[in-house]
Amino acid sequence: MKRIVILGAGTAGTMMANKLRNTLDKEEWNITIVDQFKTHYYQPGFLFIPFGIYNKEDVIKPKADFIPAGVDMIFSAIDRVEGEANKVYLEGGKILNYDYLIVATGTKTYPEETPGLKDKLWYKEIFDFYTVEGAVALQKFFKGWEGGKLVMAITEVPYKCPVAPLEFVFLADAYFTGIGIRDKVDITFVTPMSGAFTKPIATKMLSELLEEKNIKVIPDFYIEHVDNDGKKLVSYDELEIPFDVLTVVPVNMGDALVERSGLGDDMNFVLTDKETLQSKKFENVFVLGDAANIPTSKAGSVAHFASEILFENLMSAMEGRPLKAKFDGHANCYIETGHGKGALIDFNYDTEPLPGTFPLPGIGPFGLLKNTKINHYGKVMFRWIYWHILLKGKELPVEPLMTMAGKKRVN
Amino acid sequence: MAQKTLAGKTVEVTDEGYLVNRKDWTKEIAIEIAKEEGIELTEKHFEVIEYLRKESAAGAQLSIRKVGKSGIVDIKGLYQLFPGGPLKYSSKFAGISKPASCV
Ligand SMILES: Cc1cc2nc3c(=O)[nH]c(=O)nc-3n(C[C@H](O)[C@H](O)[C@H](O)COP(=O)(O)OP(=O)(O)OC[C@H]3O[C@@H](n4cnc5c(N)ncnc54)[C@H](O)[C@@H]3O)c2cc1C
Repeated sequence: MKRIVILGAGTAGTMMANKLRNTLDKEEWNITIVDQFKTHYYQPGFLFIPFGIYNKEDVIKPKADFIPAGVDMIFSAIDRVEGEANKVYLEGGKILNYDYLIVATGTKTYPEETPGLKDKLWYKEIFDFYTVEGAVALQKFFKGWEGGKLVMAITEVPYKCPVAPLEFVFLADAYFTGIGIRDKVDITFVTPMSGAFTKPIATKMLSELLEEKNIKVIPDFYIEHVDNDGKKLVSYDELEIPFDVLTVVPVNMGDALVERSGLGDDMNFVLTDKETLQSKKFENVFVLGDAANIPTSKAGSVAHFASEILFENLMSAMEGRPLKAKFDGHANCYIETGHGKGALIDFNYDTEPLPGTFPLPGIGPFGLLKNTKINHYGKVMFRWIYWHILLKGKELPVEPLMTMAGKKRVN
Repeated sequence: MAQKTLAGKTVEVTDEGYLVNRKDWTKEIAIEIAKEEGIELTEKHFEVIEYLRKESAAGAQLSIRKVGKSGIVDIKGLYQLFPGGPLKYSSKFAGISKPASCV
Protein backbone atom coordinates (compact mmCIF):
# COMPACT_ATOMS: atom_id res chain seq x y z
CA MET A 1 0.00 0.00 0.00
CA LYS A 2 1.33 3.45 -0.89
CA ARG A 3 0.81 6.37 1.46
CA ILE A 4 -0.09 10.03 1.21
CA VAL A 5 0.20 12.01 4.42
CA ILE A 6 -1.44 15.42 4.76
CA LEU A 7 -0.22 17.69 7.56
CA GLY A 8 -2.97 20.00 8.84
CA ALA A 9 -6.74 19.50 8.54
CA GLY A 10 -7.66 23.15 8.04
CA THR A 11 -9.14 24.59 4.86
CA ALA A 12 -6.40 23.34 2.55
CA GLY A 13 -5.72 19.92 4.05
CA THR A 14 -9.40 19.03 4.32
CA MET A 15 -10.02 20.02 0.71
CA MET A 16 -7.13 17.88 -0.48
CA ALA A 17 -8.17 14.85 1.59
CA ASN A 18 -11.59 14.95 -0.09
CA LYS A 19 -10.26 15.46 -3.61
CA LEU A 20 -7.75 12.65 -3.30
CA ARG A 21 -10.08 10.14 -1.65
CA ASN A 22 -12.64 10.73 -4.40
CA THR A 23 -10.09 9.81 -7.03
CA LEU A 24 -7.46 7.44 -5.75
CA ASP A 25 -8.01 3.70 -5.54
CA LYS A 26 -8.65 2.66 -1.94
CA GLU A 27 -6.81 -0.62 -2.41
CA GLU A 28 -3.71 1.14 -3.66
CA TRP A 29 -3.47 4.36 -1.66
CA ASN A 30 -3.75 5.02 2.04
CA ILE A 31 -4.50 8.65 2.90
CA THR A 32 -3.72 9.93 6.39
CA ILE A 33 -4.38 13.44 7.67
CA VAL A 34 -3.02 14.83 10.94
CA ASP A 35 -4.10 17.82 13.01
CA GLN A 36 -3.66 18.83 16.62
CA PHE A 37 -7.20 20.20 17.09
CA LYS A 38 -10.67 18.68 16.76
CA THR A 39 -12.51 21.86 15.84
CA HIS A 40 -12.64 23.35 12.35
CA TYR A 41 -13.00 27.13 12.37
CA TYR A 42 -14.57 29.10 9.56
CA GLN A 43 -11.95 31.82 9.92
CA PRO A 44 -13.55 34.39 7.57
CA GLY A 45 -16.40 34.45 10.11
CA PHE A 46 -14.08 35.76 12.86
CA LEU A 47 -14.37 39.19 11.27
CA PHE A 48 -18.07 39.39 12.11
CA ILE A 49 -17.90 38.24 15.73
CA PRO A 50 -16.72 41.51 17.33
CA PHE A 51 -19.82 43.22 15.92
CA GLY A 52 -22.24 40.56 17.09
CA ILE A 53 -23.13 39.54 13.50
CA TYR A 54 -21.85 36.04 14.16
CA ASN A 55 -21.22 34.24 17.41
CA LYS A 56 -18.77 31.49 18.17
CA GLU A 57 -21.31 28.76 17.32
CA ASP A 58 -21.66 30.17 13.80
CA VAL A 59 -18.03 29.49 12.90
CA ILE A 60 -17.23 26.09 14.37
CA LYS A 61 -17.86 22.49 13.39
CA PRO A 62 -16.05 19.24 14.19
CA LYS A 63 -13.16 18.63 11.81
CA ALA A 64 -14.09 14.98 11.61
CA ASP A 65 -17.40 15.86 9.87
CA PHE A 66 -15.46 16.95 6.81
CA ILE A 67 -12.99 14.10 6.55
CA PRO A 68 -14.38 11.47 4.19
CA ALA A 69 -14.67 7.79 5.00
CA GLY A 70 -11.54 5.97 3.93
CA VAL A 71 -9.18 8.68 5.18
CA ASP A 72 -7.34 8.05 8.44
CA MET A 73 -7.63 11.08 10.69
CA ILE A 74 -5.06 11.33 13.48
CA PHE A 75 -5.44 13.96 16.18
CA SER A 76 -1.93 14.77 17.36
CA ALA A 77 0.59 17.57 17.30
CA ILE A 78 3.20 17.12 14.57
CA ASP A 79 6.77 17.40 15.72
CA ARG A 80 8.73 17.39 12.46
CA VAL A 81 9.28 16.00 8.99
CA GLU A 82 12.41 14.16 8.00
CA GLY A 83 12.38 14.65 4.25
CA GLU A 84 15.40 12.49 3.45
CA ALA A 85 13.77 9.50 5.15
CA ASN A 86 10.15 10.22 4.06
CA LYS A 87 9.01 10.21 7.67
CA VAL A 88 6.79 12.39 9.84
CA TYR A 89 7.37 12.37 13.59
CA LEU A 90 4.31 13.06 15.70
CA GLU A 91 4.52 14.39 19.21
CA GLY A 92 4.97 11.42 21.50
CA GLY A 93 7.16 9.56 19.03
CA LYS A 94 4.71 7.96 16.59
CA ILE A 95 6.18 7.81 13.08
CA LEU A 96 4.31 8.02 9.76
CA ASN A 97 6.00 6.93 6.54
CA TYR A 98 4.92 8.51 3.27
CA ASP A 99 5.37 8.31 -0.46
CA TYR A 100 3.94 11.80 -0.89
CA LEU A 101 3.54 14.52 1.71
CA ILE A 102 1.27 17.55 1.56
CA VAL A 103 2.10 20.31 4.02
CA ALA A 104 -0.99 22.37 4.86
CA THR A 105 -0.21 23.66 8.33
CA GLY A 106 -1.25 27.25 7.64
CA THR A 107 -0.06 30.36 9.42
CA LYS A 108 -0.45 31.41 13.04
CA THR A 109 -0.41 34.68 14.91
CA TYR A 110 2.52 35.31 17.25
CA PRO A 111 1.64 38.29 19.50
CA GLU A 112 4.68 37.54 21.64
CA GLU A 113 6.87 38.70 18.71
CA THR A 114 5.93 42.32 19.44
CA PRO A 115 7.09 43.59 22.84
CA GLY A 116 4.22 44.75 25.03
CA LEU A 117 1.48 43.28 22.89
CA LYS A 118 0.64 40.24 24.99
CA ASP A 119 0.91 42.10 28.26
CA LYS A 120 -1.37 43.64 30.91
CA LEU A 121 -3.89 44.98 28.42
CA TRP A 122 -4.14 41.79 26.31
CA TYR A 123 -7.84 40.90 25.94
CA LYS A 124 -8.70 43.84 28.20
CA GLU A 125 -8.07 46.75 25.86
CA ILE A 126 -5.88 45.06 23.24
CA PHE A 127 -7.42 42.40 21.01
CA ASP A 128 -6.89 40.42 17.86
CA PHE A 129 -9.71 39.04 15.74
CA TYR A 130 -7.58 36.36 14.03
CA THR A 131 -8.44 33.87 16.77
CA VAL A 132 -11.90 32.98 18.01
CA GLU A 133 -10.85 33.85 21.58
CA GLY A 134 -9.79 37.34 20.53
CA ALA A 135 -12.89 37.94 18.45
CA VAL A 136 -15.22 36.85 21.27
CA ALA A 137 -13.34 38.96 23.86
CA LEU A 138 -13.63 41.99 21.57
CA GLN A 139 -17.38 41.46 21.14
CA LYS A 140 -17.77 41.61 24.93
CA PHE A 141 -15.61 44.71 25.13
CA PHE A 142 -17.51 46.58 22.39
CA LYS A 143 -20.85 45.87 24.10
CA GLY A 144 -19.84 47.97 27.08
CA TRP A 145 -17.69 50.57 25.31
CA GLU A 146 -18.81 54.18 25.21
CA GLY A 147 -16.34 55.43 22.65
CA GLY A 148 -12.84 56.80 22.33
CA LYS A 149 -9.85 56.06 20.13
CA LEU A 150 -10.10 52.75 18.24
CA VAL A 151 -6.84 51.82 16.52
CA MET A 152 -6.56 48.92 14.04
CA ALA A 153 -2.88 48.11 13.53
CA ILE A 154 -0.98 45.65 11.34
CA THR A 155 2.37 44.61 12.77
CA GLU A 156 4.05 42.91 9.82
CA VAL A 157 3.59 41.46 6.35
CA PRO A 158 2.69 38.94 5.08
CA TYR A 159 -0.44 38.13 7.08
CA LYS A 160 -3.43 36.06 6.10
CA CYS A 161 -6.41 37.62 4.42
CA PRO A 162 -4.78 40.99 3.67
CA VAL A 163 -8.14 42.75 3.34
CA ALA A 164 -9.51 41.65 6.74
CA PRO A 165 -8.17 44.65 8.72
CA LEU A 166 -9.75 47.01 6.20
CA GLU A 167 -13.04 45.17 6.45
CA PHE A 168 -12.73 45.45 10.21
CA VAL A 169 -12.58 49.26 10.18
CA PHE A 170 -15.43 49.45 7.65
CA LEU A 171 -17.60 47.23 9.83
CA ALA A 172 -16.59 49.19 12.94
CA ASP A 173 -17.78 52.38 11.26
CA ALA A 174 -21.13 50.75 10.46
CA TYR A 175 -21.46 49.20 13.93
CA PHE A 176 -20.81 52.38 15.88
CA THR A 177 -23.08 54.32 13.51
CA GLY A 178 -25.78 51.72 14.15
CA ILE A 179 -25.61 52.01 17.93
CA GLY A 180 -25.53 55.80 17.71
CA ILE A 181 -22.05 56.59 19.02
CA ARG A 182 -20.05 57.00 15.80
CA ASP A 183 -19.39 60.66 16.70
CA LYS A 184 -17.66 59.48 19.87
CA VAL A 185 -15.44 56.93 18.13
CA ASP A 186 -12.25 57.92 16.42
CA ILE A 187 -11.11 55.17 13.99
CA THR A 188 -7.47 54.94 12.86
CA PHE A 189 -5.92 52.37 10.52
CA VAL A 190 -2.19 51.80 11.04
CA THR A 191 -0.05 49.91 8.54
CA PRO A 192 3.65 49.28 7.87
CA MET A 193 2.87 49.54 4.15
CA SER A 194 2.75 52.80 2.20
CA GLY A 195 -1.03 53.00 2.52
CA ALA A 196 -4.25 51.12 3.22
CA PHE A 197 -4.26 50.42 -0.51
CA THR A 198 -1.00 49.87 -2.37
CA LYS A 199 -2.04 48.86 -5.89
CA PRO A 200 -2.58 51.84 -8.20
CA ILE A 201 -6.02 50.93 -9.57
CA ALA A 202 -7.50 49.65 -6.31
CA THR A 203 -6.21 52.82 -4.65
CA LYS A 204 -7.99 54.94 -7.24
CA MET A 205 -11.25 53.03 -7.00
CA LEU A 206 -11.53 52.25 -3.30
CA SER A 207 -9.52 54.67 -1.17
CA GLU A 208 -12.31 57.24 -1.11
CA LEU A 209 -14.27 54.73 0.99
CA LEU A 210 -11.92 55.48 3.88
CA GLU A 211 -12.47 59.23 3.59
CA GLU A 212 -16.21 58.83 3.22
CA LYS A 213 -16.30 56.83 6.42
CA ASN A 214 -13.98 59.20 8.23
CA ILE A 215 -11.30 56.59 8.90
CA LYS A 216 -7.83 58.00 9.41
CA VAL A 217 -4.89 56.12 7.84
CA ILE A 218 -1.35 56.21 9.25
CA PRO A 219 1.00 54.51 6.73
CA ASP A 220 4.66 53.48 7.05
CA PHE A 221 4.26 52.81 10.77
CA TYR A 222 6.28 49.84 11.96
CA ILE A 223 5.53 48.97 15.57
CA GLU A 224 8.54 48.56 17.84
CA HIS A 225 6.57 48.08 21.05
CA VAL A 226 3.24 48.72 22.73
CA ASP A 227 3.37 50.94 25.78
CA ASN A 228 0.70 49.50 28.11
CA ASP A 229 0.90 52.22 30.76
CA GLY A 230 0.83 55.09 28.30
CA LYS A 231 -1.64 53.20 26.03
CA LYS A 232 0.21 53.96 22.84
CA LEU A 233 1.96 52.32 19.92
CA VAL A 234 5.61 53.26 19.50
CA SER A 235 7.39 52.84 16.15
CA TYR A 236 11.03 52.16 15.36
CA ASP A 237 11.46 55.79 14.37
CA GLU A 238 9.95 56.81 17.72
CA LEU A 239 6.58 58.06 16.56
CA GLU A 240 3.63 57.40 18.85
CA ILE A 241 -0.05 56.62 18.35
CA PRO A 242 -2.33 56.75 21.41
CA PHE A 243 -5.28 54.35 21.69
CA ASP A 244 -8.16 53.54 24.02
CA VAL A 245 -8.74 50.19 22.37
CA LEU A 246 -6.27 48.50 20.07
CA THR A 247 -7.14 45.79 17.57
CA VAL A 248 -4.11 44.23 16.05
CA VAL A 249 -2.99 41.72 13.44
CA PRO A 250 -0.03 40.13 15.26
CA VAL A 251 3.02 38.89 13.37
CA ASN A 252 2.06 35.90 11.20
CA MET A 253 4.45 33.00 10.83
CA GLY A 254 4.24 29.38 9.83
CA ASP A 255 4.21 26.68 12.51
CA ALA A 256 7.52 25.96 14.26
CA LEU A 257 7.35 22.43 12.82
CA VAL A 258 8.42 23.96 9.50
CA GLU A 259 11.58 25.24 11.14
CA ARG A 260 12.23 21.96 12.92
CA SER A 261 11.90 20.20 9.56
CA GLY A 262 14.23 22.60 7.73
CA LEU A 263 11.58 23.24 5.08
CA GLY A 264 11.03 26.97 5.40
CA ASP A 265 12.22 30.56 5.21
CA ASP A 266 12.94 32.81 8.18
CA MET A 267 9.21 33.32 8.81
CA ASN A 268 8.67 29.54 8.80
CA PHE A 269 6.77 29.57 5.54
CA VAL A 270 7.58 26.53 3.42
CA LEU A 271 9.87 27.23 0.46
CA THR A 272 7.57 26.39 -2.44
CA ASP A 273 7.76 26.56 -6.23
CA LYS A 274 5.11 29.19 -6.95
CA GLU A 275 3.96 27.42 -10.14
CA THR A 276 4.13 23.69 -9.40
CA LEU A 277 3.46 23.99 -5.63
CA GLN A 278 6.21 21.47 -4.99
CA SER A 279 8.52 22.02 -2.03
CA LYS A 280 11.90 23.41 -3.06
CA LYS A 281 13.61 20.89 -0.80
CA PHE A 282 11.98 17.55 -1.64
CA GLU A 283 10.36 16.33 -4.86
CA ASN A 284 7.69 14.29 -3.10
CA VAL A 285 6.60 17.10 -0.80
CA PHE A 286 3.89 19.54 -1.92
CA VAL A 287 2.53 22.61 -0.17
CA LEU A 288 -1.00 24.02 -0.09
CA GLY A 289 -2.61 27.02 1.58
CA ASP A 290 -1.19 29.62 3.93
CA ALA A 291 1.85 27.49 4.80
CA ALA A 292 3.46 28.15 1.39
CA ASN A 293 5.77 31.12 0.83
CA ILE A 294 4.24 31.87 -2.60
CA PRO A 295 3.77 35.57 -3.37
CA THR A 296 -0.02 35.76 -3.39
CA SER A 297 -2.63 36.32 -0.67
CA LYS A 298 -2.98 33.84 2.14
CA ALA A 299 -6.68 33.14 1.62
CA GLY A 300 -9.12 30.26 1.45
CA SER A 301 -9.96 31.10 -2.16
CA VAL A 302 -6.28 30.80 -3.09
CA ALA A 303 -6.06 27.40 -1.38
CA HIS A 304 -9.11 26.33 -3.39
CA PHE A 305 -7.71 27.39 -6.77
CA ALA A 306 -4.26 26.05 -5.93
CA SER A 307 -5.73 22.69 -4.86
CA GLU A 308 -6.78 21.97 -8.45
CA ILE A 309 -3.24 22.63 -9.69
CA LEU A 310 -1.65 20.62 -6.88
CA PHE A 311 -4.02 17.74 -7.58
CA GLU A 312 -3.04 17.62 -11.26
CA ASN A 313 0.66 17.80 -10.45
CA LEU A 314 0.41 15.13 -7.81
CA MET A 315 -1.28 12.83 -10.34
CA SER A 316 1.54 13.56 -12.80
CA ALA A 317 4.18 12.87 -10.16
CA MET A 318 2.56 9.54 -9.31
CA GLU A 319 2.68 8.53 -12.95
CA GLY A 320 6.25 9.71 -13.35
CA ARG A 321 5.28 12.50 -15.74
CA PRO A 322 6.57 16.11 -15.59
CA LEU A 323 4.57 18.59 -13.48
CA LYS A 324 2.72 20.48 -16.16
CA ALA A 325 0.04 22.40 -14.26
CA LYS A 326 1.18 25.88 -13.28
CA PHE A 327 -0.45 27.98 -10.58
CA ASP A 328 -0.84 31.68 -11.38
CA GLY A 329 -1.51 32.92 -7.83
CA HIS A 330 -5.24 33.40 -8.50
CA ALA A 331 -7.11 35.00 -5.59
CA ASN A 332 -10.72 36.12 -5.32
CA CYS A 333 -11.71 38.02 -2.20
CA TYR A 334 -14.83 39.82 -1.07
CA ILE A 335 -14.28 42.97 0.93
CA GLU A 336 -17.08 43.84 3.35
CA THR A 337 -17.48 47.60 3.43
CA GLY A 338 -20.35 47.85 5.93
CA HIS A 339 -24.01 48.91 5.65
CA GLY A 340 -24.86 45.82 3.60
CA LYS A 341 -22.36 46.45 0.84
CA GLY A 342 -19.14 44.93 -0.35
CA ALA A 343 -16.42 45.06 -2.98
CA LEU A 344 -14.72 42.21 -4.82
CA ILE A 345 -11.18 41.74 -6.09
CA ASP A 346 -9.87 39.08 -8.47
CA PHE A 347 -6.16 38.96 -9.28
CA ASN A 348 -3.04 36.81 -9.65
CA TYR A 349 0.77 37.00 -9.47
CA ASP A 350 0.99 39.30 -12.48
CA THR A 351 -2.32 41.12 -12.71
CA GLU A 352 -3.39 43.59 -10.07
CA PRO A 353 -7.11 43.86 -9.15
CA LEU A 354 -8.97 45.44 -12.09
CA PRO A 355 -12.53 46.71 -12.45
CA GLY A 356 -15.17 44.72 -14.34
CA THR A 357 -17.68 41.96 -13.65
CA PHE A 358 -17.33 38.48 -12.20
CA PRO A 359 -17.61 35.63 -13.01
CA LEU A 360 -19.53 36.36 -16.22
CA PRO A 361 -18.10 39.03 -18.53
CA GLY A 362 -20.50 41.96 -18.77
CA ILE A 363 -23.09 40.26 -16.59
CA GLY A 364 -21.56 39.56 -13.22
CA PRO A 365 -23.53 39.33 -11.00
CA PHE A 366 -20.57 40.58 -8.95
CA GLY A 367 -18.84 43.89 -9.61
CA LEU A 368 -15.06 43.99 -9.41
CA LEU A 369 -13.62 46.92 -7.47
CA LYS A 370 -17.15 48.23 -7.02
CA ASN A 371 -19.02 48.73 -3.79
CA THR A 372 -22.37 46.97 -4.24
CA LYS A 373 -25.10 45.14 -2.31
CA ILE A 374 -24.72 41.97 -4.37
CA ASN A 375 -21.03 41.70 -3.46
CA HIS A 376 -22.06 41.70 0.18
CA TYR A 377 -24.38 38.76 -0.51
CA GLY A 378 -21.41 37.03 -2.13
CA LYS A 379 -19.57 37.24 1.17
CA VAL A 380 -22.62 36.10 3.13
CA MET A 381 -23.01 33.10 0.79
CA PHE A 382 -19.33 32.29 1.10
CA ARG A 383 -19.90 30.67 4.47
CA TRP A 384 -22.34 28.17 2.97
CA ILE A 385 -20.05 27.58 0.00
CA TYR A 386 -17.14 27.08 2.38
CA TRP A 387 -18.77 24.30 4.42
CA HIS A 388 -20.61 22.61 1.57
CA ILE A 389 -18.44 22.97 -1.52
CA LEU A 390 -14.94 24.24 -0.73
CA LEU A 391 -14.05 21.88 2.11
CA LYS A 392 -15.56 18.91 0.30
CA GLY A 393 -13.15 19.54 -2.56
CA LYS A 394 -15.99 20.04 -5.04
CA GLU A 395 -15.66 22.29 -8.05
CA LEU A 396 -16.98 25.84 -8.13
CA PRO A 397 -18.28 27.32 -11.38
CA VAL A 398 -15.09 29.38 -11.53
CA GLU A 399 -11.88 28.40 -13.31
CA PRO A 400 -8.81 27.89 -11.11
CA LEU A 401 -6.62 30.17 -13.23
CA MET A 402 -7.52 33.85 -13.41
CA THR A 403 -9.13 35.09 -16.60
CA MET A 404 -9.07 38.55 -18.18
CA ALA A 405 -12.62 38.04 -19.49
CA GLY A 406 -14.85 40.54 -17.75
CA LYS A 407 -11.95 42.73 -16.64
CA LYS A 408 -11.15 46.18 -17.95
CA ARG A 409 -7.59 47.31 -18.46
CA VAL A 410 -7.10 50.74 -16.97
CA ASN A 411 -4.29 53.23 -17.40
CA MET B 1 4.60 54.23 -16.56
CA ALA B 2 7.08 56.78 -17.93
CA GLN B 3 10.60 57.07 -19.29
CA LYS B 4 13.25 58.77 -17.29
CA THR B 5 16.95 59.42 -17.74
CA LEU B 6 18.94 58.34 -14.72
CA ALA B 7 22.74 58.44 -14.60
CA GLY B 8 22.82 58.88 -18.36
CA LYS B 9 20.59 55.88 -19.09
CA THR B 10 16.98 56.02 -20.24
CA VAL B 11 14.86 53.64 -18.21
CA GLU B 12 11.23 52.87 -17.63
CA VAL B 13 9.81 53.84 -14.23
CA THR B 14 6.42 53.55 -12.52
CA ASP B 15 4.37 56.59 -11.54
CA GLU B 16 6.11 56.48 -8.18
CA GLY B 17 9.58 56.27 -9.66
CA TYR B 18 10.33 52.55 -9.18
CA LEU B 19 12.27 50.84 -11.97
CA VAL B 20 10.00 48.70 -14.12
CA ASN B 21 12.81 46.36 -15.20
CA ARG B 22 15.17 45.23 -12.49
CA LYS B 23 17.82 44.58 -15.15
CA ASP B 24 18.12 48.32 -15.78
CA TRP B 25 19.57 48.78 -12.31
CA THR B 26 23.11 50.05 -11.79
CA LYS B 27 24.84 51.46 -8.73
CA GLU B 28 24.87 54.87 -10.39
CA ILE B 29 21.11 54.76 -10.90
CA ALA B 30 20.63 53.80 -7.26
CA ILE B 31 22.72 56.78 -6.17
CA GLU B 32 20.68 59.12 -8.32
CA ILE B 33 17.26 57.84 -7.19
CA ALA B 34 18.41 58.06 -3.56
CA LYS B 35 19.56 61.64 -4.09
CA GLU B 36 16.05 62.57 -5.21
CA GLU B 37 14.84 61.32 -1.83
CA GLY B 38 17.59 63.24 -0.06
CA ILE B 39 19.64 60.17 0.89
CA GLU B 40 23.37 59.82 0.29
CA LEU B 41 24.13 56.11 -0.20
CA THR B 42 27.01 54.56 1.75
CA GLU B 43 28.57 51.07 1.70
CA LYS B 44 26.08 49.98 4.39
CA HIS B 45 23.17 51.11 2.23
CA PHE B 46 24.55 49.05 -0.62
CA GLU B 47 24.86 45.96 1.56
CA VAL B 48 21.14 46.20 2.27
CA ILE B 49 20.38 46.91 -1.38
CA GLU B 50 22.40 43.92 -2.61
CA TYR B 51 20.64 41.70 -0.06
CA LEU B 52 17.22 42.86 -1.24
CA ARG B 53 18.13 42.31 -4.90
CA LYS B 54 19.35 38.81 -4.13
CA GLU B 55 16.33 37.84 -2.02
CA SER B 56 13.81 39.31 -4.41
CA ALA B 57 15.42 37.53 -7.38
CA ALA B 58 15.03 34.29 -5.42
CA GLY B 59 11.30 35.01 -5.10
CA ALA B 60 11.32 35.77 -1.38
CA GLN B 61 8.63 37.91 0.21
CA LEU B 62 10.38 40.88 1.71
CA SER B 63 9.57 42.41 5.05
CA ILE B 64 11.24 44.76 7.49
CA ARG B 65 11.54 41.87 9.95
CA LYS B 66 13.32 39.74 7.35
CA VAL B 67 15.92 42.43 6.70
CA GLY B 68 16.29 42.81 10.47
CA LYS B 69 17.14 39.11 10.68
CA SER B 70 19.61 39.23 7.77
CA GLY B 71 22.61 39.96 9.96
CA ILE B 72 23.42 43.07 7.90
CA VAL B 73 21.60 45.60 10.03
CA ASP B 74 18.97 45.54 12.77
CA ILE B 75 15.62 47.26 12.36
CA LYS B 76 16.68 50.41 14.22
CA GLY B 77 19.72 50.62 12.00
CA LEU B 78 17.60 50.08 8.91
CA TYR B 79 15.42 53.04 9.91
CA GLN B 80 18.52 55.17 10.29
CA LEU B 81 19.69 54.23 6.80
CA PHE B 82 16.31 54.72 5.13
CA PRO B 83 14.27 57.06 7.35
CA GLY B 84 10.50 57.22 7.05
CA GLY B 85 9.81 53.99 5.18
CA PRO B 86 12.80 51.67 5.16
CA LEU B 87 11.45 48.93 2.90
CA LYS B 88 9.71 51.33 0.56
CA TYR B 89 12.88 53.37 0.01
CA SER B 90 15.44 50.56 0.06
CA SER B 91 13.35 48.67 -2.55
CA LYS B 92 13.19 51.76 -4.70
CA PHE B 93 16.96 52.22 -4.62
CA ALA B 94 17.44 48.49 -5.22
CA GLY B 95 15.48 48.69 -8.45
CA ILE B 96 12.90 46.14 -7.34
CA SER B 97 9.16 46.62 -7.14
CA LYS B 98 7.45 48.59 -4.44
CA PRO B 99 6.36 46.45 -1.48
CA ALA B 100 2.65 46.00 -1.97
CA SER B 101 -0.38 44.31 -0.52
CA CYS B 102 -3.04 42.64 -2.71
CA VAL B 103 -5.17 45.77 -3.11
C1 LIG C 1 -10.27 37.09 10.19
C2 LIG C 1 -10.05 36.28 8.95
C3 LIG C 1 -10.81 36.53 7.82
C4 LIG C 1 -10.61 35.80 6.66
N1 LIG C 1 -11.40 36.06 5.56
C5 LIG C 1 -11.25 35.32 4.42
C6 LIG C 1 -12.10 35.54 3.30
O1 LIG C 1 -13.02 36.35 3.33
N2 LIG C 1 -11.88 34.80 2.18
C7 LIG C 1 -10.89 33.86 2.11
O2 LIG C 1 -10.74 33.22 1.08
N3 LIG C 1 -10.07 33.64 3.17
C8 LIG C 1 -10.22 34.34 4.32
N4 LIG C 1 -9.41 34.10 5.40
C9 LIG C 1 -8.25 33.21 5.25
C10 LIG C 1 -8.57 31.74 5.34
O3 LIG C 1 -9.28 31.44 6.50
C11 LIG C 1 -7.24 30.98 5.32
O4 LIG C 1 -6.46 31.42 4.25
C12 LIG C 1 -7.43 29.49 5.20
O5 LIG C 1 -8.14 29.01 6.29
C13 LIG C 1 -6.08 28.79 5.07
O6 LIG C 1 -6.20 27.41 5.13
P1 LIG C 1 -4.96 26.49 5.55
O7 LIG C 1 -5.48 25.11 5.46
O8 LIG C 1 -3.76 26.87 4.80
O9 LIG C 1 -4.69 26.86 7.07
P2 LIG C 1 -5.62 26.58 8.33
O10 LIG C 1 -7.04 26.49 7.89
O11 LIG C 1 -5.28 27.60 9.32
O12 LIG C 1 -5.21 25.12 8.82
C14 LIG C 1 -3.95 24.78 9.32
C15 LIG C 1 -4.13 23.56 10.21
O13 LIG C 1 -2.85 23.00 10.52
C16 LIG C 1 -2.86 22.58 11.86
N5 LIG C 1 -1.48 22.56 12.36
C17 LIG C 1 -0.53 23.52 12.23
N6 LIG C 1 0.60 23.16 12.82
C18 LIG C 1 0.39 21.93 13.36
C19 LIG C 1 1.19 21.02 14.13
N7 LIG C 1 2.48 21.31 14.45
N8 LIG C 1 0.64 19.85 14.52
C20 LIG C 1 -0.64 19.53 14.19
N9 LIG C 1 -1.45 20.35 13.47
C21 LIG C 1 -0.94 21.54 13.07
C22 LIG C 1 -3.73 23.60 12.58
O14 LIG C 1 -4.25 23.08 13.77
C23 LIG C 1 -4.80 23.89 11.54
O15 LIG C 1 -5.94 23.10 11.70
C24 LIG C 1 -9.61 34.80 6.61
C25 LIG C 1 -8.83 34.54 7.74
C26 LIG C 1 -9.04 35.26 8.91
C27 LIG C 1 -8.22 34.97 10.13
